[in-house]
Amino acid sequence: MPTRTLSEFESKRLLGTYGVPTVEEALAVDEDAAAGVAAKIGFPVAVKLCAEGLAHKTERNLVRLGLADEPEVRAAAADLLALRGPGERDAVLLVQRMARGRRELIAGLVRDGQFGRCVMLGIGGIFAEVLGDVVFRLVPLSRRDALEMMDDLGASRVLAPFRGEPAVDRGAVAAVLLGLARLSEERRDVVSVDVNPLIVTGSSLVAVDALVEVEA
Amino acid sequence: MTTVERFQPLFQPRGVVISGVSTHPGKWGFLFLHHILRFGYEGRIFALNREGAEVLGRRTYRSIDDVPAAEADLLIVCTPTGINADLLRRAAARGVRAAFVAAAGYGEAGDDGKELERELVEVANGAGMLLAGPNGQGLISTPAHLCAQMVAPYPPPGRISLASQSGNLVSSFGNYAAMAGVGVSRAISCGNSAQLGVDDYLDYFLDDPETSVAFAYLEGVRDGRRFFDCASRFTARKPLVVLKGGATALGQAAASSHTGSLASDDRIFDGVCRQAGITRCETLEESYEAAATFATQPLPRGRRVVVFTAAGGWGVLCADACVRAGLEVVPLPEDLRRSIDALLPSRWSRANPVDLAGGETRDTIPTVLDLLAAHESVDAVLYLGIGIQSANAALLKTGPYYPDHGLDRIVDFHERQDRRYAEAAHAASEKHGKPVLCASELVYTDRTGTNPGPQTIGKIGRITYPSAHRAVRALTHLVRYAAWRRAREL
Repeated sequence: MPTRTLSEFESKRLLGTYGVPTVEEALAVDEDAAAGVAAKIGFPVAVKLCAEGLAHKTERNLVRLGLADEPEVRAAAADLLALRGPGERDAVLLVQRMARGRRELIAGLVRDGQFGRCVMLGIGGIFAEVLGDVVFRLVPLSRRDALEMMDDLGASRVLAPFRGEPAVDRGAVAAVLLGLARLSEERRDVVSVDVNPLIVTGSSLVAVDALVEVEA
Repeated sequence: MTTVERFQPLFQPRGVVISGVSTHPGKWGFLFLHHILRFGYEGRIFALNREGAEVLGRRTYRSIDDVPAAEADLLIVCTPTGINADLLRRAAARGVRAAFVAAAGYGEAGDDGKELERELVEVANGAGMLLAGPNGQGLISTPAHLCAQMVAPYPPPGRISLASQSGNLVSSFGNYAAMAGVGVSRAISCGNSAQLGVDDYLDYFLDDPETSVAFAYLEGVRDGRRFFDCASRFTARKPLVVLKGGATALGQAAASSHTGSLASDDRIFDGVCRQAGITRCETLEESYEAAATFATQPLPRGRRVVVFTAAGGWGVLCADACVRAGLEVVPLPEDLRRSIDALLPSRWSRANPVDLAGGETRDTIPTVLDLLAAHESVDAVLYLGIGIQSANAALLKTGPYYPDHGLDRIVDFHERQDRRYAEAAHAASEKHGKPVLCASELVYTDRTGTNPGPQTIGKIGRITYPSAHRAVRALTHLVRYAAWRRAREL
């Protein structure tokens, strides 16, 4: 089955309507627009290249983090636009508030050949795949299932008070998982969702990057 | 028709027909007949042999058409593939309502075999017949004294029922049951699952009054959602232990997202187990011990454990294992400490693990077992080291000085004590409705099998865990299942 990947911006807009908290962000077509958006959001910001079908941004060096002022934003924007590949002329800039947090989760949706739609929760960030500390539940899932997913993580203690930060709001994590489950039931064209990282800031959560794959 | 009635021809047949019964004792048909006879099946038995030759001193029938009508419910098929669809048709005409097809050469053997298998299913469905197999090793039903299989063992009767996608695993499970003593009710090797699969057998085990816990060995699940629903129905009423082979990473490489690459079959299956309250095990011995524990111990109300030992390092290791498994080695309540203080010299541990440090007298162990199991802060007791007194007594008993010098009396005393301890552990468990698990390596290091500790536990109908770790593992499965039930108000 052919699929396509929504842009990061569109992915998060969709997820936002299902209760996944997403980072404050806006699109910009050029350096001037990027600088304007950044000033409105407030520094520091992150700037990324954004287009439908554009994945593996970190591997391709298409992400600029922690930009402290307007000159840095302009330089990054020019740099990123120059890195657009031949098929990526439509790619634009995505300017985001920098989310700060020591803890990162990953959440997602997948269609399994045997069991169908599943929700995932795991320890996120750049080591997500190496650690493989993830748990799955079939859709539909109950709030109790969502809470049990957190307990099943190998590193579930990461959700407890951690290095001076409060415990993660378990209700907020459950809301994300239940939102994803609802999305998978209402949007049958969605093949997979990947929210990584879902950054823990204080006791709350914010999705900083996300991709939604849909049937083409 | 209820599920129990539907499966009665397979697991409680009034009579059995076996096709392909050779005079050669190496052939499957012969072995089926032999094992069915040997283990005392009480229904009528009709063996089919092409020449009508006598087998095991019994007359045989040349054709299914010669078998009296409405006398047999079950047909066991050991004849070659080519004739079996016709055999089923004729059997149905004689009133047979279920077939176990042991014969191989079907779906597992290429396209021709698949076609033959489809034909079998068609005939069975058309005749309203249950079809188990083909390519299965057999079935066991101890309430019917029925050992309809071509292999060993015939396990002791009990309340565990199993369905396995590998016949050999039925044998292995049966071997553990035969050794440990907690037995089997129904067991079936699913073979190719052409018509009936693990899901169907589980539905039967769920309603079967002779089953209190089920075990399934899986290699693949044909319809994941159906399995999930079936398992969830099951666990709402009875514990289900699952061992899964062949956890592959198929399709992982093709996945484009992180979520996709992390979604291995095995991780998803693990999630399915947690969600459906399935007790998933990693090995067969763990599966057996989990199932045997579910079958013989009450479910704990929580995860607070007391480790009780007559001596030393066992308790420390066991406490470590409990903590790693997520059990709580509960701080010893003050009132319990005072009660035990009154029974023992002060060198006992005065903490959990409760280590008597050899200070016990005649009645201490039974008394302490009861005190521990009775306490409201304790959900389960792990009792270590049963049988050590008798092991020492065995040295005296088999040495050159026995029975003189008072050795006979002390040997008697030690053996009697271990029997009492086994009985006390069971009594405390029954009286207070809490699991009390006894662990001692003697259950398998003592090759004579005569140690009165484990022997008495076996007679009572429970198992002695071969190590503290295995007892902890089994108890953890009970704790988890109980928590799953509580969370769902079941």
